[in-house]
Amino acid sequence: MSVLEVSNISKSFDRTQVLKGISFSLEKGQVLSIIGSSGSGKTTLLRCLNFLERPDNGIIRVNDNILFDANDPSTHKESEIRKKRLHFGLVFQSFNLFPQYTALKNVMLAKELLAKELPDYKLRKRDIHNEIEAQSEILLKQMGLSERMNNYPHQLSGGQCQRVAIARALALKPDILCFDEPTSALDPELTGEVLKVMKELAEKNTTMIIVTHEMSFAREVANQVIFMDDGYILECGTPADVFDNPKKERTKQFLSNYNN
Amino acid sequence: MDLILEQMPIVIRSLNIGFLQTLKLFFVTLIGAFPLGLIISFGSMSRFAPLRWFSRLVVWIIRGTPLMLQMLIIYYFPGLVFHNNIWGSGEAGRFIAASVSFIINYSCYFSEIYRGGIQGVPVGQEEAGLVLGMTKSQIFFKITLLQMIKRIVPPISNEIITLVKDTSLARIIALQEIIWAGQAFMKGSQGISGAIWPLFFTAVYYLAFSGILTIILGKLEKKLTYFR
Repeated sequence: MSVLEVSNISKSFDRTQVLKGISFSLEKGQVLSIIGSSGSGKTTLLRCLNFLERPDNGIIRVNDNILFDANDPSTHKESEIRKKRLHFGLVFQSFNLFPQYTALKNVMLAKELLAKELPDYKLRKRDIHNEIEAQSEILLKQMGLSERMNNYPHQLSGGQCQRVAIARALALKPDILCFDEPTSALDPELTGEVLKVMKELAEKNTTMIIVTHEMSFAREVANQVIFMDDGYILECGTPADVFDNPKKERTKQFLSNYNN
Repeated sequence: MDLILEQMPIVIRSLNIGFLQTLKLFFVTLIGAFPLGLIISFGSMSRFAPLRWFSRLVVWIIRGTPLMLQMLIIYYFPGLVFHNNIWGSGEAGRFIAASVSFIINYSCYFSEIYRGGIQGVPVGQEEAGLVLGMTKSQIFFKITLLQMIKRIVPPISNEIITLVKDTSLARIIALQEIIWAGQAFMKGSQGISGAIWPLFFTAVYYLAFSGILTIILGKLEKKLTYFR
């Protein structure tokens, strides 16, 4: 069973069509890498999955439930979209950590706010808080940040910030964790430490969609690779298919920029 | 000099009473204008166009005309046009009229500062909150608000210091604030007349108060440097 099934998603901004009928599916525990040049629609696709943009057309299914159907307004309700977003996590290119909170609080905040909706929240306030704190500390330790939990974002390096952001996304246990060029704002040295934790997540069978320009990384961790160009999926297959035997001329042309 | 020393206790007592009224107007204005300004700023950022236009029209009118004129209109208009002086004739009524004018005026200035502060918070902050399943109000109160406050402390401090001195405009509707109290000794009050030094002496009050505010606001600004 696919954890995620995307059918015929399209999206326009004003008169520019950015996504032109995107369909793909993803199995649980698998890693999908999306590659392609800037402006090909990769980021918009991730933003549609996280409901930061609303697709004009198409259907998004998670665990065989229809989360979003452009033709069914009952799936567009803001209050429900908020809950639906929780199926997905998103790690941004620019981290977007909350500057006024420590690394630990950044990871805890959303979970604590969600916990307030629990019926027995008032009774178990203290326990719930401690539980969330303990889980968050474990996550940050996994990210190699046990020494940095009480630092504020501006006291952390870019690589450390991005690892906090990954922990923050993981804290809500999303079905699918999305990365939007997570290392594009980092220098090569810091890129390595972020890719390392992502690789560890892949080894633990975390379902992930990774938009990246790190070709060797995509090839190494992905089970499936999609090459996007001008709003279309031009190529889709295993890393060996896409990287070694691209069928389309455009794919070859794109990949040739990375072979050096 | 001896005369001034002799007059001093009487003058100080009188100026203290006036300054108390100045302080009252100052704090009432802040307490009213801080939240009202936020409401107006939401109005001027609303996605509902008529509300947005209306809010911006109000802000334009209030910021584009003198506070003194606004106060005169608010105080005299009901009496002159509807023959119903809703403010009453006493000092208490004048204080309410002055407060209403000041709150409306300052909330419009604050609303523009708030708007700048809110729009200055990177859009990625809201998106990060949304992706983490937060509601719009959680995002505002838990994420945006403090970042906005950090941004607006310097410009708001400026307005607050200006307000200290603007309170003297209430003199125009005969509110008995400190300038009024000082001026009284020129015309003659409590056996002192033709004395201009009490009026000059009010500056000491303004300086002391704005000095204290500068220190407090500076501390607040410093406190918020713990994050960037």
